[in-house]
Amino acid sequence: MTLLFQLLVNGLIVGALYGVVAMSFVLIYKASRIVNFAQGEFLLIGAWTCWWLLTSWQLPFWLGFPITLVFMLAFGVILQVVVLRPMIGEPIISVIMVTIGLSIVFQAAMKWMFGVFAKPFPQIFAHATMNVFGLQVQTVYVVSLGISLLIMAGFGWFFKYSRLGLAMRATAFDQQVAQSLGISVRQMFAMSWAISAMVSAVAGVTVGVVNGVSSALSFFGIKVFPAVILGGLDSVIGAVVGGLIVGVLENMAHYLDSQWLNWGNMYEIAPFYVLIVILMIKPYGLFGTKDIERV
Amino acid sequence: MANVSIIPSGDFKTSYASDTTIFPTKTSRNFAILGVLLLLACPAFMDRYWLSLLIQIGYLGIAALGLNILVGFTGQISIGHSAFFGFGAFASAWLNNRWGVPVALAIPLAGVLTTGVGLIFGVPAARLKGLYLAIATLAAQYILQDFFGRADWFTGGTAGTIAEPLTVFGFAFDTDERYFYVVLVAMVVMYILGTNLMRTRDGRALVAVRDHYLSAEIMGINLTKYRTMSFGISAFYAGIGGALYAHYLQFVSVENFTILFSIQFLGMIIIGGLGSIMGTLMGTAFMVLLPELMQAATKLVSGTAIDTALNLRENIAFLREMSIGLVIILFLVFEPDGLAHRWKQIKAYWKLYPFSH
Repeated sequence: MTLLFQLLVNGLIVGALYGVVAMSFVLIYKASRIVNFAQGEFLLIGAWTCWWLLTSWQLPFWLGFPITLVFMLAFGVILQVVVLRPMIGEPIISVIMVTIGLSIVFQAAMKWMFGVFAKPFPQIFAHATMNVFGLQVQTVYVVSLGISLLIMAGFGWFFKYSRLGLAMRATAFDQQVAQSLGISVRQMFAMSWAISAMVSAVAGVTVGVVNGVSSALSFFGIKVFPAVILGGLDSVIGAVVGGLIVGVLENMAHYLDSQWLNWGNMYEIAPFYVLIVILMIKPYGLFGTKDIERV
Repeated sequence: MANVSIIPSGDFKTSYASDTTIFPTKTSRNFAILGVLLLLACPAFMDRYWLSLLIQIGYLGIAALGLNILVGFTGQISIGHSAFFGFGAFASAWLNNRWGVPVALAIPLAGVLTTGVGLIFGVPAARLKGLYLAIATLAAQYILQDFFGRADWFTGGTAGTIAEPLTVFGFAFDTDERYFYVVLVAMVVMYILGTNLMRTRDGRALVAVRDHYLSAEIMGINLTKYRTMSFGISAFYAGIGGALYAHYLQFVSVENFTILFSIQFLGMIIIGGLGSIMGTLMGTAFMVLLPELMQAATKLVSGTAIDTALNLRENIAFLREMSIGLVIILFLVFEPDGLAHRWKQIKAYWKLYPFSH
């Protein structure tokens, strides 16, 4: 029973991280209708940058982390302007393939620069684990849960009250109308990529601190897909819910598997089965808006 | 004007039959036949290394054509093609090892089995479009990959499985020189089949689904049927390609059929040209020869400052991986219609040569 509870807590924490990544994925999709297959690489790049600043430059965490975020901000903007902007108006497969190509390039480049082996972060917190309701939980996880909630609340505020967020929502709703009201659609696209890259980097650093940084991080980008399909591609709240569900689900699958089934590898693969089943029943995900096409 | 052998400077077709011929002129047909004859002579003068590259182009080209029928002609995205390719490889080896089916029969049978699997994943896919479809096929890739690792009875698990060489009437096609002909024959047959498919009612229906699926549906094309069918055909081609791959290497390992391999397939058809049969072959050749090109390039700069700075020799694997991604991006940005389009432009240039306007 303790194991079940432990896995449940783990699932919620990891799920919150999935939710954060899924949210940044949905952000890009909502704003610019681009499915970003390189989302996982954002985590990877963010984590490696932070690791590099902390180890090679011996920067303290409170300095290295903000620098990483600023770097990711610039990185997102540059990526959008250089690679994705020429793709506006191209068919959907081209756009998907460009982001897939980007993900391959980044992954190979990261392996090239930092090697293939997982490297641990220097210790950041004084105590590695914490006692929460009688359970041993990694301190980073608790902090990351806090950060995740903070980011989610921040997103909520941003889109509801801030001028930029409102402009972004307007762009997502109707580009032409937004443009005619004086919103720079180009800037909004660039901004959405920048914010998405930055938020992903936060998740990347968090996971990196727990498990060490390696190319396995980019698998988060793949795990995002079950989450966003569960939540619907264009729903920010759905993404968070989807992320939590996927996190809990894979831990439950792992529990079932380790206790009774002994099939192995269920942790990795269960979300994909669920994904296929959901798509069979509801082709637009659970919370996604159904496309109604008029001819 | 019936016997012109050069391309006329306009469309002078007077019947539907003349509009749907495989080769527009006699010259182009003769060139195609000449090309095949030249390939037939290849084992006589090529060394083993180049032959193995040609064989690779052959079986990958077959699988890539399947993907092009799905993506280029029907407009359905699939990011799980290598899983079907792998399934074909394992199925052929399994049929031969477990049930004693002769290899010559196991290869087409493997194609049929893979079609079955393709249809299973095609059924949910028939309702999906665009992104959702891309993600569903991504899931198919991971599920099948997981299945390969799990199903010891089928794939030999992590140890992999051995595939016997192809033997016909006691004659074993076990060397590169001999197997080259097998792949060549299979490739020519599959490409002719593919070309002919596109000339039939079904083929035109697939293109109609791609161009405007709502109009297609209004015109009486059963969308679900054709989308599922397209998945089946694509899986069939992948299965045949995979089976040929298995009996060429005579060993199939579980780790080969990754997502990167699927993306390579997509790269082939994008580079070659979506919706172009000959383009598929060009793209495959490009993708197979790309690592060779990288190798040559690294040799060229070896010993210079660039080499020592980047430590090229040890990192050649990453360089190759990067080049795949880069090539896909560059083609999409600068030549979205692929090599087939470029080839047409070159032909048009020479046709109009001194007076290009």
